[in-house]
Amino acid sequence: MTKMNLFSTTVCAVAAAVFLAGCGKSEPGAPGATTGGSSSGASGEVIKVGEFASLTGKEATFGQSSHEGTAMAIEEINAAGGLLGRKLELVTEDTQSKAGEPATVVNKLVSRDNVVAVLGEVASSRSLEAAPICQQSKIPMISPSSTNPKVTESGDFIFRVCFIDPFQGTVMANFASKTLNAKKVAVFTDVKSDYSKGLAKFFKEQFTKNGGTIAGELDYNGGDKDFKGQLTAIKSENPDAVFVPGYYTDVALICIQAKQLGLNVPFMGGDGWESEDLVKIGQGAVENHYFSTHYHPDVGSETSKKFVANYKKHYNGKTPDALAACGFDSAAVLADAIKRAGSTDGQKVRDALAATKDFDGVTGKITINEKRDATKSAVILQIKDGKYKYLTTVNP
Amino acid sequence: MMHSGAKRSLIIAIVAAVLLTPLLEWIAHTHSTKYFNTYYLGIGIDIAINVILAVSLNLINGHTGQFSLGHAGFMAVGGYTAAKLTLALQSHTLLWINPILFGGSLLLGGLMAALVGFAVGVPSLRLRGDYLAIVTLGFGEIIRVVFQTTEFFGAATGLPGIPNWTNFGWGWSLAAITVFVVACIVNSTYGRGFIAVHDDEVAASAMGINPVRYKVTAFVTGAFFAGIAGGLFAHHKRFLSPTSFDFMKSIDIVVMVILGGMGRTPGVIAAAVILTVMPEVLRGFAEYRMIIYSLLIIGLMMLRPQGLFAIGKRTVKT
Amino acid sequence: MEWFFQQLINGLALGAIYALIALGYTMVYGVLRFINFAHSDVLMLGAFAAYFVTPAIWKIFPAQSITGALLITLVTALLCAGMGILIELLAYRPLRKRPKLTVLITAIGVSLFIEFTCQHKAVFGSKTRPFPQLLPMHDFHIGNLLVNSNDIVVLGVTVVLLVALWFIVQKTKIGTAMRAVSFNMQAASLMGINVNRIVSFTFGLGSALAGIAGILYSMKAPGIEPLMGIQPGLRAFIAAVLGGIGNLPGAALGGIVIGIVETYAGGIAGVSNYRDGIAFAMLIGILIFRPAGLLGKTTIEKV
Repeated sequence: MTKMNLFSTTVCAVAAAVFLAGCGKSEPGAPGATTGGSSSGASGEVIKVGEFASLTGKEATFGQSSHEGTAMAIEEINAAGGLLGRKLELVTEDTQSKAGEPATVVNKLVSRDNVVAVLGEVASSRSLEAAPICQQSKIPMISPSSTNPKVTESGDFIFRVCFIDPFQGTVMANFASKTLNAKKVAVFTDVKSDYSKGLAKFFKEQFTKNGGTIAGELDYNGGDKDFKGQLTAIKSENPDAVFVPGYYTDVALICIQAKQLGLNVPFMGGDGWESEDLVKIGQGAVENHYFSTHYHPDVGSETSKKFVANYKKHYNGKTPDALAACGFDSAAVLADAIKRAGSTDGQKVRDALAATKDFDGVTGKITINEKRDATKSAVILQIKDGKYKYLTTVNP
Repeated sequence: MMHSGAKRSLIIAIVAAVLLTPLLEWIAHTHSTKYFNTYYLGIGIDIAINVILAVSLNLINGHTGQFSLGHAGFMAVGGYTAAKLTLALQSHTLLWINPILFGGSLLLGGLMAALVGFAVGVPSLRLRGDYLAIVTLGFGEIIRVVFQTTEFFGAATGLPGIPNWTNFGWGWSLAAITVFVVACIVNSTYGRGFIAVHDDEVAASAMGINPVRYKVTAFVTGAFFAGIAGGLFAHHKRFLSPTSFDFMKSIDIVVMVILGGMGRTPGVIAAAVILTVMPEVLRGFAEYRMIIYSLLIIGLMMLRPQGLFAIGKRTVKT
Repeated sequence: MEWFFQQLINGLALGAIYALIALGYTMVYGVLRFINFAHSDVLMLGAFAAYFVTPAIWKIFPAQSITGALLITLVTALLCAGMGILIELLAYRPLRKRPKLTVLITAIGVSLFIEFTCQHKAVFGSKTRPFPQLLPMHDFHIGNLLVNSNDIVVLGVTVVLLVALWFIVQKTKIGTAMRAVSFNMQAASLMGINVNRIVSFTFGLGSALAGIAGILYSMKAPGIEPLMGIQPGLRAFIAAVLGGIGNLPGAALGGIVIGIVETYAGGIAGVSNYRDGIAFAMLIGILIFRPAGLLGKTTIEKV
């Protein structure tokens, strides 16, 4: 009995310790904590910007990347003197990669923290959940990397700074039929991910329109580690290429197992592939494969190059992935809109956002179109010697 | 039959919840402060939904002594059914019809869930203990996978654009009704059978109680209310995605029941409140939040294994 | 035909890993009658242990050598065994006499604790890390079939471990004690068996198997992250129940069956998207006809 009490006391003590550690923490850029801003704001109030991201749970690694980009943008803006003479404060909430959470946390950001705008999320389904709340409260929301077309259809306060599935799917379909001269392509999608399903749908539409045939459509569940069952089936169809619109964590393993099965055809994917981890995990197996993404530092503008350098400095030499770049752009586009609006009023910021034209973002020139989506070009890269080699730019 | 006193409390609870709603909403919208705003109001609704889930699961796991891990699946069935109905039938002109439609779709969602509960319950209730647990978990997952792959229900993208009809009044009225119905069932002469099945199945059947019938009744009733909760959830979050209903959600509900004390309704309600509020309070601790949450669960099980609140008359034998 | 055999190989290699994990679930269940939810997290800890141990061992032994790999496996197994014993000692032992459900919830708590702690950036972080290639890889061509050396290693290790486990449980003194405790804990302790020691040993053995399964799983899919245990853990758990929980050969059989069925189902277009539900559907189908699992014995309720 005493032993038990001793242990439960220890458990509670550890809980308390963690509690206090959480309190005492004020590391800049830490998720959940507020970034930037100053308690002794000289010019009175700070401008609060809300962010919701999947910082824990199944998709934590994507949410954290995006958050790092956003947090860095806010810090850079503050270092440059802030906006309208005021500092920015980023209030970040974690969605635990779970549906049901975004509605709660965005409600909190809007009604309790009184943020002027909301940034987030990576996953389209979670952005879709948050969008009606921002729309109803007339708070502009900018999604950094939700590519499902439905997201911005939620209302005129909902924006995004990335391209959408139909564009990227078409780009890769044209690449497959025109550059790779593929006639038969197998499609391997993540059934849990709306991003993967969406991209696959538009790829298939365009590819069949180009006269190609889809040889085998198989699915996996994001987070799976064994893909051999599906890959063996794909191999027996003898495709010219395989389109895998997934995230790099799964894609790297898919490429490794495909190689083990002797499936040596080009693999193609979308911006979910872009991360240095793709090459680190996939190593030789991802060599010579192709994917489309937002930018490439080699051909990007000065802004992109500066971003990559600063990010590396800021996060111990880590190379930014596509999600980090989009996260950065979401904050930068918002800051630009607030500056042009000269106010933090929701309606004025919204109007300024809608008028964004040729904004010099990290991921390219961003113009917000009438559907509140970003119109910008995509680049196609190939993995060569563990590096991303620039192939071509496709304009919308 | 229940005493009229219980009926009176039910009516008072419903009237209070319905009357309070406009007042609370008015304050939250016009006098939003750090201390009261729509976020807190939303958590109030979350609590009501979790109370319905926990109390209905308590009928299965607590009172009847079965071990179901598939409650989130029934919630999903109810949620998707209700949401699809309102999306198809909602009227933008005849606004008075919408509350009736909402009530109807919640009911239908509940009935759908009960039907699925029946289909799941009849074959699987032959199993005992851990086998039953894993089979119900399996059914819950299969239900989720079906929604995840069915284009009609939005598949992986989810179902957006559900009207925002769940409010404080709806949530708490239905929570009160759930508590009332479960209490009525358990405290009736018929309901003694549940406790008999829980305590000793063999002895119960020797006394002429048909355990399978009781188990199925508990299962179907529990599934019905889980379906209602799913409908409320859909119209509260205004968005449905299969990931809301994975087995972690079922486990969350089970934790509420066990923490509250199996078979003790007041304790289970209190646990539902605490386990909904706790993660929100811990939000300030960001990445430490879930670590603290898991430690608290372990600590509570060590210190109060009989459930947080050993109130109510049932003593549980396992 | 070629497709059929290739899938059989894939399925066996996957099923062997499930079998190893399922053994841990079933052993703990046999002794303590509860499902150790934290078992899948021990698998993850095993993968991470190997990840951190490998560079150190490769300094002494040449990289990708068989001795190196064996040593890494041994160290990982020991670390995981220690971890399993520690979890039992701290979290489950104080609750030994409590209702099983209490222990079950504690196990869920422990599992969440390990997962969220490891996801924290001060521990492992949520990023996927590349797992080192422990052994050189070869492809073997048998006719049109392609067998990877990894698959052979996985199958070989599983068979060796199964035989070793069978030997421990059936032929050694401690194994006899394990069976006695599993049969009746109270009677066993009256016979002079130190129940606590046996329970610790069971946890250690099960966790060591989970750790080795973690290595094998990471060799197959060399990307490791703190939540990697959940999915194989759930499948192995199903496998244990499918085979008849508490029954060792049953767990091995269940693992192999699930691995094979899942692989075949995964290879059929239009079915592969239901893959998460297939193992469960099969389990439900079998339990309805054999309520105690494939090899489990139906116990008659005593009045």
